[in-house]
Amino acid sequence: MSDDTSLNLFQQQEANRRRTVLLVIGFVAFFAWLGFGGDYIYYLSTRDAPVTAYHHGFPWFGIALSVVALLTAWYAYATGPEKVLWSTGAREVVDPTDPQEKQLVNVVEEMAIAAGVPRPRIWIVDDPDPNAFATGTDPLHSHIAVTRGLVELCSRDELQAVVGHELGHVKNLDVRLMTMLAALVGAVALMHDGVSRTLRGGINLGGGGGGGEGSRGGGKKGGAGPLLVILLVVWIVSWILAPIITQLLALAVSRKREYLADAMSAQFTRNPLSLASALQKIEGADAPTTAIKRGAAHLCIADPLGRRLTAHEGLFADALATHPPMAKRIAILRGMGYAQIKKEGGSVV
Amino acid sequence: MGSIIFLVLLVVVVAWVIGAYNGLISLKNQTLNAFKQIDVQLKRRHDLIPNLVNAVKGAMDFERSTLEAVIQARNQAVKVNATGPEGIKQISKAENVLSSALQRLMVVVEQYPQLKATGNIGQLQEELTSTENKVSFARQLYNDTATQYNTKQQQFPTNLVAGLAKAQPADLWEIEDQAEKAVPQVDLSMKPKV
Repeated sequence: MSDDTSLNLFQQQEANRRRTVLLVIGFVAFFAWLGFGGDYIYYLSTRDAPVTAYHHGFPWFGIALSVVALLTAWYAYATGPEKVLWSTGAREVVDPTDPQEKQLVNVVEEMAIAAGVPRPRIWIVDDPDPNAFATGTDPLHSHIAVTRGLVELCSRDELQAVVGHELGHVKNLDVRLMTMLAALVGAVALMHDGVSRTLRGGINLGGGGGGGEGSRGGGKKGGAGPLLVILLVVWIVSWILAPIITQLLALAVSRKREYLADAMSAQFTRNPLSLASALQKIEGADAPTTAIKRGAAHLCIADPLGRRLTAHEGLFADALATHPPMAKRIAILRGMGYAQIKKEGGSVV
Repeated sequence: MGSIIFLVLLVVVVAWVIGAYNGLISLKNQTLNAFKQIDVQLKRRHDLIPNLVNAVKGAMDFERSTLEAVIQARNQAVKVNATGPEGIKQISKAENVLSSALQRLMVVVEQYPQLKATGNIGQLQEELTSTENKVSFARQLYNDTATQYNTKQQQFPTNLVAGLAKAQPADLWEIEDQAEKAVPQVDLSMKPKV
């Protein structure tokens, strides 16, 4: 069994490294397209302008946007975990005096030993709804955050299982991809808002000028007309779709790996049933985790938004839910637990 | 033409040998590291026990034998650990004795509500639970890693370079009465100096 999981783990780590690189490349390429595409459109539209008017030759937009995207990606990688934690208002547990917090620290230390990773930094989110997430870039720089509700609701074993699940994400480098994604989704949303505001102003201004030039250009019968229109349409659609695409990426990336992290938790604790009962408790408290916003939802053990969709499986839910159906996860874990009990010669209650 | 094919084959074989060799060395070091982890946790446990015993001593004078068993098992375990690379077998045996003595003590403590009522004991209990868990998780990690290492070096074709990497089967940490089961050859060079 351990050989299988270790192989799985290795593949998952590789896949996560690769996907993070692809994500960054895709992110930068997308912004380069937005920039250079804009430059090209501007170039085409000013090509036929009279000699005295402005001719767009040097691709300023493209270079500027690419540089911005690169800096954003670097910034996201460097500060992503911080930003995610900050967005949930988590506070770090440094020197616990409260017995519950002390227990949390102990449980995390135990699981770090079981997983063979350094102890992550521990955070508590002040929210009554039970939930947990992990963030970081690699096992050396990782963080685990749980809500106050989780600490209060779960027994020691259940807490341990949930922490084991999160450390599974840390160990197989899910955290790197998921944190990067969260940071980039946030960045895209921010940029989109900002840029589309200035762009709207720009189009209004340019529209006035362009109309004048267009009528003049029409007289000259410019050959770039249809190409220009198509480019313009695709370019504008890209701008509109940017936040939606990144959101879909965030959704698609997190469902499959929840099953794997569940299995890793079971491997660490050797007690799949306690994760099953923890998930049941988390599911039972179906209030949304208000402290955790949409941007970090895919990082959590259970969908913090409490979306109905998560309970279903199918084409629609697969495309739009961040988490696999809880009932199925619980059923799989129970299966593991009962198989274990049977092997040890006990009876299934 | 023939020499080119030969060269390509040679390169492939050498690359594979390097990969397999490095894989084995990496697993060997992981196993050693996992073993050190157990050691760290055992030391922690040995340091914790005197505190625990002091905390409960006054309240359970008539359970002297239980306490004495814990102290004795602890001292024995410390001694065995200090003897060095005698092998994992002795250490695990002594630690198992200590584990069961501690378990008995915890059961006894449970029976004294007035003892549990003083906050100190609750904290100590949590500490002890955590320490016991840490020891057993460290053991679990060691056994998993060692099993992986053993499997790797015995499997074909990695077993062909096992001699080159000086790979020897690592002993697993036996739990309770499984000690009678046949265990692989004890390899002293594998054991870290404790």
